[in-house]
Amino acid sequence: MFAPEFSYHRASSIAEAGRLLAEHPGAKVLAGGHSLIPILKLRLAAPAVVIDIGRIPEMKGIAAGNGTVTIGALTTHAELASSEIVRANARALAEAAAQIGDPAVRNRGTIGGNVAHADPASDLPQALVALGATFRLTSPEGARSVAAEDFFEGLMTTSLREDELLTSIELPAAGPGRGSAYAKLAHPASRYAVIGAAASVTVAGGKCTAASVVLGGLTSRPTRAPSVEASLVGQTPSEAVIAAAAKNAAGDLGDDLMGDIYASEEYRKAVAHVWVRRALAAAAARCAG
Amino acid sequence: MSTAMFGSGIRRREDPRLITGAASYTDDLTLPGMLHAAMLRSPHAHARIGAIDASRAKSARGVVAVYTSADTEGALQPSPCAWLLPDSDLKIAEYPCLAKDTVRYVGEIVAVVVAESRYQAYDALELIDVDYDPLPAAIDLEQAGGPDAPRLHAEIEGNQAFHWTVSGGDVDAAFANADVIVKERILQQRLIPTAMETRSAVASYTRASGELTLWNTTQNPHIVRFLCSLVTGVPEDRLRVVAPEVGGGFGSKIAVYPADFVTVFCAMKLGSPVKWTETRSENYQATTHGRNHVQDVELAATNDGRITGIRATVRAGMGAYLSTAAPGIPTILHGLMLSGVYDIPAIHEEVYGLYTNETPVEAYRGAGRPEATFMLERLVDVLADKLDMDPAEVRRKNFIPKFDDGHDVATGLTYDSGDYEQALDKLLRHADYAGLRAEQEEARQQGRYPGIGLSTYVEICGLGPSQVAGAIGFQGGLWESAIVRFHPSGKVHVFIGASPHGQGEETTFAQIVAAELGVSPEDVKVVHGDTDNTPMGWGTYGSRTTAVGGAALALTARKIREKCKVIAAHLLEAAVEDMEYEDGNFFVKGSPDNGKTIQDIALMANVSWNMPEGVESGLEASTFYDPPNFVFPYGAHLALVEVDAETGQVELKRYIALDDCGPQINPTIVAGQVHGGVVQGIGQALWEEAVYDEDGQLLSGSMLDYALPRADKLPEIEVLSTVTPSPHHPLGVKGIGEAGTIASTAAVYNAVMDALKPLNAPAVDMPFTPERVWRAIQKGKGN
Amino acid sequence: MTIPVSIAINGRRYDREVEPRLLLVHFIRDTLGLTGTKVGCDTSQCGACTVLLDGAAVKSCTCLAVQADGAEITTIEGLADDGGLHPLQESFWNKHGLQCGFCTPGMILAAHEILRTNPDPSDEEIRHGLEGNFCRCTGYQNIVRAVRDAVQEETS
Repeated sequence: MFAPEFSYHRASSIAEAGRLLAEHPGAKVLAGGHSLIPILKLRLAAPAVVIDIGRIPEMKGIAAGNGTVTIGALTTHAELASSEIVRANARALAEAAAQIGDPAVRNRGTIGGNVAHADPASDLPQALVALGATFRLTSPEGARSVAAEDFFEGLMTTSLREDELLTSIELPAAGPGRGSAYAKLAHPASRYAVIGAAASVTVAGGKCTAASVVLGGLTSRPTRAPSVEASLVGQTPSEAVIAAAAKNAAGDLGDDLMGDIYASEEYRKAVAHVWVRRALAAAAARCAG
Repeated sequence: MSTAMFGSGIRRREDPRLITGAASYTDDLTLPGMLHAAMLRSPHAHARIGAIDASRAKSARGVVAVYTSADTEGALQPSPCAWLLPDSDLKIAEYPCLAKDTVRYVGEIVAVVVAESRYQAYDALELIDVDYDPLPAAIDLEQAGGPDAPRLHAEIEGNQAFHWTVSGGDVDAAFANADVIVKERILQQRLIPTAMETRSAVASYTRASGELTLWNTTQNPHIVRFLCSLVTGVPEDRLRVVAPEVGGGFGSKIAVYPADFVTVFCAMKLGSPVKWTETRSENYQATTHGRNHVQDVELAATNDGRITGIRATVRAGMGAYLSTAAPGIPTILHGLMLSGVYDIPAIHEEVYGLYTNETPVEAYRGAGRPEATFMLERLVDVLADKLDMDPAEVRRKNFIPKFDDGHDVATGLTYDSGDYEQALDKLLRHADYAGLRAEQEEARQQGRYPGIGLSTYVEICGLGPSQVAGAIGFQGGLWESAIVRFHPSGKVHVFIGASPHGQGEETTFAQIVAAELGVSPEDVKVVHGDTDNTPMGWGTYGSRTTAVGGAALALTARKIREKCKVIAAHLLEAAVEDMEYEDGNFFVKGSPDNGKTIQDIALMANVSWNMPEGVESGLEASTFYDPPNFVFPYGAHLALVEVDAETGQVELKRYIALDDCGPQINPTIVAGQVHGGVVQGIGQALWEEAVYDEDGQLLSGSMLDYALPRADKLPEIEVLSTVTPSPHHPLGVKGIGEAGTIASTAAVYNAVMDALKPLNAPAVDMPFTPERVWRAIQKGKGN
Repeated sequence: MTIPVSIAINGRRYDREVEPRLLLVHFIRDTLGLTGTKVGCDTSQCGACTVLLDGAAVKSCTCLAVQADGAEITTIEGLADDGGLHPLQESFWNKHGLQCGFCTPGMILAAHEILRTNPDPSDEEIRHGLEGNFCRCTGYQNIVRAVRDAVQEETS
């Protein structure tokens, strides 16, 4: 497959990227390339200008401090999956990253490119929403922060403006008694999520004090499961309690599910609770340690 | 080096070039001044073509030419079908290389762009404006032959390409007198062969001499030369076809294709070399598919499990046109194998080949035989279930008893040799079948759902006697040829007409020569794939290369040996009758230390200073081997699965394959063929399916949707064998290329249905996606 | 529009002007004529185009040549030193880890990636590490054996 012609600019700083974005309305931003290049090859997009931000040093790296984990938007899936900081503070994110594509894809694909693309069958969005992430967006006019939950607006649409760049993602550091996990039914061909369930659970004194459960893959944007969360909080997270709580997932999903030739809306809705249960059980098991 | 080379799992001589990136596949070729072609393909499954405006494309940067069917009028004949199935009312629709006034499947070629680069060629495709007037499409196989179905070809009623029947014994009586009858409707879904190398052609034409060279991803370069000559008018003596390194075929590189002829046309028209390589998406749309049957089949049996008859009606989807060998696949290679490993006195099958607005269907690994094996093996399990017998027991009860020199079955074939019960017994012992059944019972008590599936099979391969080829309408012979040439230094060149593309015959054939002539396999070079320097051959498919080409080679080596014996006798001043031969040494009886090595003799034959009277100079021989019969490899496979009843997910836990392909020249290569074959069959059962929507759009049009087997979803395959030589083959060998695929789909299918038994689930169509299994489980619950 | 790039492949630097849209795999195969790297799909699934970019496996069909500007690339042609065989090449040969050979260059580099990130993988980890590479011939079995064998050769 052969991409159409475009002109190319490489930004060496966030400021330069901002200038280029302002100069070239409609330009596409290239980070690792694993969202953009496939679209170009299939000629589903034909931007006049591509702005390569892949080398901007300020957008790289993972750091922890002041109760926050900061992840540069250019962090690759492989780096997320293997980062001790991410594993210790946001296991669901590490697990979601580890299940994207394959090793070579994970070496190039970035967290920023992934979430900006907002593919509903992706893995990171639901994990980031469950973990309470905040996205840092900058433009020549300044910077702003958007909660992950508000960032994803729908099928491949986000609150990122055309002149803005997603530069980093912040997560609350893990507190005592908190654990998270990600469980996924992968499409056998694409490896994208047919059902992706992210769970973050906090346990104190043997009782669940907070729960965050978010599903992806089967809805146009990450979907929170409030009834699952509500039926856990205040309970001892035993196998039976988790299983019963997970069963509420179908009700939380609503009627606007996605289906395809591999798995229909009906099937996804009927079995989603299994992956919710698995994510919750793994998350709860991590709360002790 | 000694005859011990036969049967040794030596590593392959093909590999050094392949593991270092030095091998050259068709798309790796670059010629001076080479241009690049890209095909404009129909986005509609069925449409009338109105005006085509290529003016913008023609003036685009780098574009050299754009051609449509009007340009090829008179220059290209239609793409041919070469299996003219007799007694079947065969109706071959014209398959133009470039669509004329109608397109009949998504992916059919409408125009070609030739440009200086591939990027420019694909840019220009977007600049061609075609007026399409869409027509309704015939997609559903069960309706495509009906009165209301859209007709693909004006002159062909009911979209029926052929109606073929096989019959033996009194089927009506068998069913009238049956104690039990079991019936199934089986869907053999459409599959996409997916050789890792997509198809490609490079054509180079020299106007001054009228000579054309075509490098092509093909399993049979000599057939391509023959048919390309007919289509393009280039005389066969001016036409050289080269199959360089070929990256797998699995049947999809048997056919000749419109795109190859169009590439040739462009090269001839422009006087520059032209390369065309399809993208994977084009490969999925336009390279032939496999299987695609709806099978209605019933089995008659006695109460004690003895099969008395089988009756079937099969609708076979052929796609929009008949591909080169297509009519023979769901008929000859399918219907004639309906007795399987069983003694079935009465067999009747009717096969309807139907045109649909989809990609043409051709051979795909196993080609007809997996579809036959599946029908039988599924029905045997259903019968066992009905009679509450163990599936192994029903099989054993119906096996053809051991035979070593011919057994006739009701379809009219004569199998060569087999001991089916021994194969099953050995398999079940290895698996500890009784133990597995006990474990299954225990697991079921715990609410788990493991399943055990068996498949016993025999297949027809080593195609085949040319007289039979003629009788069944195959428009070619099915012999193979070999030339063995000894050089003065004792090195050996072997030239074969067959065209291996991954199977490793450069190695196994060197082993045959080494075994026959006592030379080191290192000293033997096997040449294939170039019609200018190999003898005529019919190609590599149907597990025939070792079975037929290997025989040609062994017989050629024996001719060399006989000649050497005469020369040796002369040099040793002895009578030919007194000569003995052992491992490359010719000597007078009792004096092995004073013999002449084959290398000594090769030198003498080549310099020819002192030859016996009447013996020609040189040391070279050739054989055209036409087999007296087909060969019939067989085996027994067992699959162990577990179903997650909550989600419908199936996990393949264990797989055991026992195959009997006769004596194994290279057991490592044999096992490799089994692994790959088994996994392709597993793919059909669990993952693979070409899906069209009702408008004829291919929904599984890329590797994002079409699920191929992956390493992380497979267990280690346990490989066993028995050895039953073919009585009529010079080396006793049978084929192994397709065996695994023929057996494994049914084994996995039976295992999943066995797992679902306590859940009362109805039969599930392949592949076993979680949703399909889950739905069957819901039905079993009465939901 | 063309852009100058300087890319080192198998230890040799190539300075070329390329169109921004040119994929790294086409740069390697068509611009430079290093045809050991293959193209098997158009959706980043098959792994035939796998190369090492600054030591790590990437799919060169999903990377623009301009993105690799300044990088060091290793293709199958340059995996071994001195024209010999890399232990993985040797083990693929010894264990019959290939048939048609088309997936093999990418498969060997994917195996290289497994061992780079995990020097002593289990069979399950090997199979998992090959999830981005298709082989249609071998059923993967002898590929897994080859990777295992290369580990054992390294550790023995």
